[in-house]
Amino acid sequence: MAIIEFTSKGIYCPQGRFYIDPWQPVDLAVTTHGHADHVKWGNKAYLCHDLTKPILKQRLGIDLPVETLPYGKPIVINGVKVSLHPAGHVIGSAQIRLEYKGEICVISGDYKVEYDGISTAFEPVRCHSFVSESTFGLPIYKWQPQQEIFKEISNWISDNHDQQKTSVLIAYSLGKAQRLIKNLSAQCPIYVHSSIANLNEGLIKAGVDLPQTIRITPEIKKETLQQGIVIVPPALADGKWMKSLQSAATGICSGWMQVRAGRRWRSADAGFALSDHADWPGLLQAIHDTGAEKVYVTHGFVSPFTKYLNEIGITASEVQTRYGEEEEETAETVTNLKEA
Amino acid sequence: MKRFAQLIHELENSNKTNDKLAALVGYFSTANEKDKPYVIALFTGKKPRRPVSTALIREWATELSQIPDWLFAESYHSVGDLSETIALILPPASKQTDKPLNQWITDLAQLNGKSDEEKKTFILNAWDQLNTKERFIFNKLISGNFRIGVSSKMLVNALAKQSDTDSSKIMHSIMGKWDPSEITYEELIEGIHVNTDNSWPYPFCLAYALETETDNLGQPQEWQAEWKWDGIRGQIVKRNGELFIWSRGEELVTAQFPELSFLEHELPDGTVLDGEILSVKDGKVQPFSVLQQRLNRKTISKNQLNEIPVGFFMYDLLEYKTLDVRERPLSERRTLLEEVSTQLQTKDIAVLSPVINYESWTQLAEIRQESRAMNSEGIMLKKLTSAYHSGRKKGDWWKWKINPYTIDTVMIYAQKGSGRRANHFTDYTFAIRDGEQLITIAKAYSGLTDKEIKEVDSFVRKNAIEKFGPVRTVKPELVFEIAFEGIAISKRHKAGLALRFPRIARWRKDKIAAEINTLEDLRQLYTSTL
Repeated sequence: MAIIEFTSKGIYCPQGRFYIDPWQPVDLAVTTHGHADHVKWGNKAYLCHDLTKPILKQRLGIDLPVETLPYGKPIVINGVKVSLHPAGHVIGSAQIRLEYKGEICVISGDYKVEYDGISTAFEPVRCHSFVSESTFGLPIYKWQPQQEIFKEISNWISDNHDQQKTSVLIAYSLGKAQRLIKNLSAQCPIYVHSSIANLNEGLIKAGVDLPQTIRITPEIKKETLQQGIVIVPPALADGKWMKSLQSAATGICSGWMQVRAGRRWRSADAGFALSDHADWPGLLQAIHDTGAEKVYVTHGFVSPFTKYLNEIGITASEVQTRYGEEEEETAETVTNLKEA
Repeated sequence: MKRFAQLIHELENSNKTNDKLAALVGYFSTANEKDKPYVIALFTGKKPRRPVSTALIREWATELSQIPDWLFAESYHSVGDLSETIALILPPASKQTDKPLNQWITDLAQLNGKSDEEKKTFILNAWDQLNTKERFIFNKLISGNFRIGVSSKMLVNALAKQSDTDSSKIMHSIMGKWDPSEITYEELIEGIHVNTDNSWPYPFCLAYALETETDNLGQPQEWQAEWKWDGIRGQIVKRNGELFIWSRGEELVTAQFPELSFLEHELPDGTVLDGEILSVKDGKVQPFSVLQQRLNRKTISKNQLNEIPVGFFMYDLLEYKTLDVRERPLSERRTLLEEVSTQLQTKDIAVLSPVINYESWTQLAEIRQESRAMNSEGIMLKKLTSAYHSGRKKGDWWKWKINPYTIDTVMIYAQKGSGRRANHFTDYTFAIRDGEQLITIAKAYSGLTDKEIKEVDSFVRKNAIEKFGPVRTVKPELVFEIAFEGIAISKRHKAGLALRFPRIARWRKDKIAAEINTLEDLRQLYTSTL
């Protein structure tokens, strides 16, 4: 019996009788992180990192049956040793390490290798088999160091201030938003959409050191917003509220912005290639550092990345999953919040 | 180069015309004097001779990045632009330089005739001292295709604003023959070169699509109606014994149409005509698909001259007896045009495009229904008092096109888009029925909303039957109405017919695959156009 199997419900550990990031309801869902393509509503129990708990409660309901673990502390489930290790993707994101009868498997969820200043830094974990994402698994994706990108964003914000334009950054409410807040808070006040504000409150309560932000309410004057930075999730990017802002300049923060065509597609004014996923060298480095004999490649540029790994002597195979649709997640979340 | 890279960055960092205009004005106010004419040349598509082949550039980039060829190909497919793919894929530069743009262009030009080894040394050295954005520009300089969302109209407006000069004068100047290594920015703006050049064309007057009912246009007698022909818009210039034919793309195409060379002897000096180059056989205008076989050929065989004879249908007169008459009203220009046409000795090749006689808008609407039968795209409406404007101007000229052809098809293949569409299945192949078989008829990728794209994408993921590289074969279930402008016989397509400008008109969620059109339907449609 293999330590993990890829089933129609998700990644399954038959010995432990639990799933990792299942997309259909199961008894126990071990959860890598809080993005909606990795965690669904309706499981009987959830196991995740301490800091993912407030996120799940926020997004899936306050009564959700969630158990948590800190990084590096193993527990045993039906004979399988399970531990969580930092994935560096977003706050609370974890690689799941499974060990049974000397065989080790790591399911990485989503990850990035560069430290972003807010999510616990990625740690390579030695294993026999490794499940890796491939969101940016093409050699055209090589990120600039985060410092340089933030310098660009800062300059853009200053230019907008000079031209009396409101800087609106479009970023996922979980992950990118906190990363922007942490790295830009010294420049000027930050105004956030309530979906981001709600999440931040939960995280601060759980002990995350997040700088102060201001929740956008109808009472805040448009001129006031111009003095600061506005952060909204992608679902609002084309909304009425955005149109009501006078002379707004929009900037999208996403790895897809690396390519010019990606920037045009989104019709933003500016695009910043700031990603929470590993770039091409990052993926290769991470895989190399695991020492894995076998790599399973999930969501992203699955085929070329798998083919390339095999060509450089790493046995790899393609796996179909339902991960990789974060954008829609945000749209849903925002609608839910509006209704609430 | 750094200042130019900054301009490109500014142009790409806004999708608002005013910002782009400001960026251009800023550039032309502060940039290196020698660079400016080169930038104008780049933005108006004046291509220098390509110094290094695409194949070599690609080979060196692949080698330098130490990736296999197939992975380069995958990356290229995802990015959709070769220069950009190379810029992104190369290892980081080891040093920095700020050589002026004009120097880079001159250096590249000097590579012509050098050995591949010398070229390689130069290119690799250049890549190693440019950052990603600059490399992209450098690669574009090699290819000569510099299109980055600045239309020639926008460039002209920026230059006009920067230099406080009339924009039509600048349009003239930059459309003429000039060499960025020999002209200064001031000279170019002044247009010192254009008067000595016999060939210079006027900017074409363009029309917008009619967006209102004809009743709102006022009295029918105030308008001249003509057929809107589906050929190549052309401007014929005859000055000082020389004849030039310009296409709308501002290219000289004189040599491509030997049938029209008689105009060199028969048109008086100082005459400029606007009209349409068409294939005309036995007095009947042929569909565009026929004319197409004559285009962009280096040599034209006797057989082609016999099979696909070309004619010129005159629309307008821009220069008469060396005088620019564009400001005179259309009614007056038409009279002069008729006079010019009558004086031609060779008949039936360059002819007046007929004016349609009509009494009322209702009658004109009826006549318009006959457009297809004459291989016309519809009707042009021009105000009799209108001047011949430079470029597109609303109000005086309208195109009143007939609706496109449509067929119902079923989607059979889907492919991930490139670049901005790289993570969704956005490129589809459509089929019609041929007996029990489905047969491919068109490939299209436009016309759906983002929401629909996501829906189709999700269908493809769940209903993929087979996989060939990036292509998925899907269950033939989704029915789409495809709009197109014409049909041509094609040996390359399995159906034996090819559609012109196919695009998705709408997703027919109300229809099932059994209700789509057949090959027989299309054959009948084709026969009806001949």
